[in-house]
Amino acid sequence: MSRVVLMQGNQACAEAALAAGVRFFAGYPITPSTEVAEIFAARLPRLGGKFIQMEDEIAGMGAVCGASLAGVKALTATSGPGFSLKQELIGYAAMAEIPVVVVNVQRLGPSTGKPTAPAQGDVMQARWGTHGDRAAIALSPTSVRETYDVTVHAINFSEKFRLPVIILLDEIIGHMREKIALPDPSTLRIIERKKPAVPSGEYLAYKPDDDGVAPLAAFGDGYHYHVTGLVHDETGFPAGSASITADLITRLHTKVYNAKSEITLFDEYFMEDAETAVVAYGGTFRSAMAAVKEARAKGNKVGLIKLITIWPFADEVVARAAAKVGTMIVPELNYGQLVGEVHRAANGRAHIVSLPKVDGGVFTPQEILSVLDKEVG
Amino acid sequence: MIQIRLSGSGGQGLILAGIILAEAAVIDGKEVVQTQAYGPEARGGSSKAECIISDEAIDYPKVTVADVVLCLNQESYNKYGKDIHADGIVIVDTTLVREFENKENVLALPVTKTAVEGLGKAIFANIIALGAVVGKTGVVTKTAIEQAVLARVPRGTEELNRKALALGWEMAQKAC
Repeated sequence: MSRVVLMQGNQACAEAALAAGVRFFAGYPITPSTEVAEIFAARLPRLGGKFIQMEDEIAGMGAVCGASLAGVKALTATSGPGFSLKQELIGYAAMAEIPVVVVNVQRLGPSTGKPTAPAQGDVMQARWGTHGDRAAIALSPTSVRETYDVTVHAINFSEKFRLPVIILLDEIIGHMREKIALPDPSTLRIIERKKPAVPSGEYLAYKPDDDGVAPLAAFGDGYHYHVTGLVHDETGFPAGSASITADLITRLHTKVYNAKSEITLFDEYFMEDAETAVVAYGGTFRSAMAAVKEARAKGNKVGLIKLITIWPFADEVVARAAAKVGTMIVPELNYGQLVGEVHRAANGRAHIVSLPKVDGGVFTPQEILSVLDKEVG
Repeated sequence: MIQIRLSGSGGQGLILAGIILAEAAVIDGKEVVQTQAYGPEARGGSSKAECIISDEAIDYPKVTVADVVLCLNQESYNKYGKDIHADGIVIVDTTLVREFENKENVLALPVTKTAVEGLGKAIFANIIALGAVVGKTGVVTKTAIEQAVLARVPRGTEELNRKALALGWEMAQKAC
């Protein structure tokens, strides 16, 4: 049975994670993400899970990596300053192929910035914040209900592809309360990581199946394997030949890119006859939707593309739209980040307009509408 | 669609009031979005909760033009007291808002004074104010707001909060 409730975005994230089987949270509370930690602290002990408030954000990231290797679905939540601190271990989780979920409820930065102000300034950090090269998965919801679904997807993707998945919430969606119909947890499609089907002597923790992902035994299951951030062979022990190195770094990309159509979550509105399109994500989508509806009411042929999956970037979706519309407008609560990807995907096929906002406020529909009017006119 | 802004300073319980109002709207079967804006301080600083109640899905979650504004201190009145729809209603707490234009659409009520004198504590001001907002505007039903208040307040304070809500309601009704 679905349940109708008033719920906050951060709460929907925590509820979905619990429903999807997360039983370990370690982190360090920080505005505007603190409610996620609070809910786990209250709920996990009663479900037989563990909540640990760590000494800092780095330790929180380390603890979720450890818990995941012990076979427990693990999640941590933070905001910009903590997301910066977690970057090294996000890279470790990528290299060691540890399924974890990192929730970043974005606030205005750099540094401690403006703790209670919404922003979308960590979009590129979610992709490139850790050093080295690998594919990243980052998802950004646009409503409280969508936060629930996105959280389930994030956990599923982390388990399926054995990598850290980022949920990019923002202060708007994280702190907003909406009436939502909560799904019955028994109806959710939950993916569990692959477990080895071979005896312990034959198990190789980094020997991929055809999908590019190796089964993952839990520490304590009786399988012995090695975990390192160094380049490693199929046993997990350091090895540095050119072919092993190239194969590993390539696979850290292809295991995601080969499944891109499954990972790319998006939606399109009023695009059938659109001559101008707005591309929006996260809380900004809500302002864009109000603006686009007003533009339509005036008779202007304006459409809207909602990007839920930020990384890998939805090149095909943007390229298809760019071939059809004359202009694409990209409002973001940053100085212009994802607009660069829109440019790259559009590849000259449409006129791209960046609409940045960095005053700590939310876009009003009017702010987007006035740009639409100008571009349409 | 009705847009409501509850404003004052941090610690006055405005965000809780906003959540309760939104939960009452859910009980009434309405669509609702509730947001807030506040500073980094635990107390003091400005604080604002907003609710949009509608029969249809709500896109933009923030108030654009307020239909109802509650001002629990001078600063919030100065900032939001006149930023309102032509047919909108402003409710001011005369205990803490000394200077305001006493126009037809302004409902001036001694909210915090009533909390202290009627219930012994200023912390009931938010629930009294909620009673006044609902009593004056009918944005949610009386049964829904009662149910929502009682579901949210700490156990053992139900009677005091029920009384607070009734005090606000009656004040608003009398002033109408």
